[in-house]
Amino acid sequence: MAISPRYTREIPHRYRLEAQQFECGAVTLPNRYICPDNCCKKSKKITLKGKGKILTYTIIYIASDQYTRATPFAVAVIETEEGARLTAQVVDCNFDDLKIGAKVELIFRKIMEEGASGIINYGYKAILV
Amino acid sequence: MREVAIIGVGMTKFGELWGQGIRDVFAEAALKAIEDAGVDKIDSLYVGCMSSGLYAYQEHLGSVCADYIGQKGIPAARVESACASGGTSVRAAFMEVASGMSDIVMAGGVEKMWDVEDGTFVLATASDQEYEAYSGVTFPGLYAMMARAYMEKYKLTREELAQVPIKNHKHAVHNPNAQYPFELDLKGVLSSSMVADPLRLMDCSPITDGAAAVILCPLDKAKKYTKHPVKIRAVGAATGPIALHDHVDMTKLDAVRIAGERAYKMAQLKPNDISFVEVHDCFSIAEVIVAEELGFFKYGKAGKAIANGEATYGSKIVINPSGGLKAKGHPVGATGVAQIIECVEQLSGKAGKRQVKNAKYGMAQNMGGSGGSCVVHILEAV
Repeated sequence: MAISPRYTREIPHRYRLEAQQFECGAVTLPNRYICPDNCCKKSKKITLKGKGKILTYTIIYIASDQYTRATPFAVAVIETEEGARLTAQVVDCNFDDLKIGAKVELIFRKIMEEGASGIINYGYKAILV
Repeated sequence: MREVAIIGVGMTKFGELWGQGIRDVFAEAALKAIEDAGVDKIDSLYVGCMSSGLYAYQEHLGSVCADYIGQKGIPAARVESACASGGTSVRAAFMEVASGMSDIVMAGGVEKMWDVEDGTFVLATASDQEYEAYSGVTFPGLYAMMARAYMEKYKLTREELAQVPIKNHKHAVHNPNAQYPFELDLKGVLSSSMVADPLRLMDCSPITDGAAAVILCPLDKAKKYTKHPVKIRAVGAATGPIALHDHVDMTKLDAVRIAGERAYKMAQLKPNDISFVEVHDCFSIAEVIVAEELGFFKYGKAGKAIANGEATYGSKIVINPSGGLKAKGHPVGATGVAQIIECVEQLSGKAGKRQVKNAKYGMAQNMGGSGGSCVVHILEAV
């Protein structure tokens, strides 16, 4: 569940793929105060182009309640061209076409509806290119 | 630092404990441990538990548990490190005794998992909630992605991977506390329902209620309480990235390697010295990768070695004599403590038909999330 304030503060990353590039070169999404290897704190904001490749993937058959309606669905670990790593669903594809190394593009999609009022949560998913 | 021994153990049967709430489950195990140790009071208590709040709507477990085992007045606290909460509890108790702060300390662990409807959601809170769980990936899904990467890189077949749960179920047949003490065959694994491709239901540890507790005291006082104390020779703990996607290599678990190295260094021992190891086989692939990170097999070799029967009785190393998480059950917070109990039973010669012969050193490896944390203990028969 993604309770509204928690959801809202992630919007720059989830809607616009705003990420961060540290002096050492590490690219992270979401933001961090210090690079993952504890070597530098200085960074600049970058926007990911949304292109990348699959490092590994699975097809989820049993999901948590919020996502059950979507099963089966594919999820992959993706590395973007800028070097950012993220986890996203891979949609609009035949599962047989998924493979490690396959090129993908991130697109803006609905993720789920939340709570009794059905607030729609958005974010990125991937398609094969 | 003082040397530390375990002088008493207690656990519930693992399974579906519909008649007991979280406090009852814990108290049953803890009171057995107190009786086993022959102490009437303890100085301090740690309770490992991943998510009593989401599973049982009960926080403040230190107080609940101390109260319901008749020990109110003592200091007590819950410790949490997802699925490594139990091992973390034992480590905390170890530090308290080793430091000289207390003499008789209980390390317990408990999880009451059957009372909630959406357990898949609760378990996924051990991953990165905003950047993994938000995508819909589940815990089995994260390990499935490790399995996919490993199987492709090292050409491990689906049939070979199935030998991990098959072996663990075989071991569990002789464990009276196991949730599923029955044998499993290849067809049973490969025809079980798909959870997260390529992992099927029989690759996954189950939903389990249960508790476990051990009592620690300084080694030089241990003989006062028991004829067969077991020494905690070393402990190593480490953290790793919270998100699987931040692992440099999807086929490795850095936190396990680091925790293992720390434990070996403190113990002044090598993998060759260890006779058996209880590993955190939350999923079949986890046992394979962990066995490599702990140095029992080279990278890329453990899957095929386990399939070849090199991790069972008669081998150089016996992996999961208890049946592991898969067959013994996995009440998350209790698991790490139950692994220690298996080590104690093995090293004091009380493991019955599961007994690993001539075991001098045993190891327990408890892991949180997709490798976000890990605790490794090395125990010694004294």
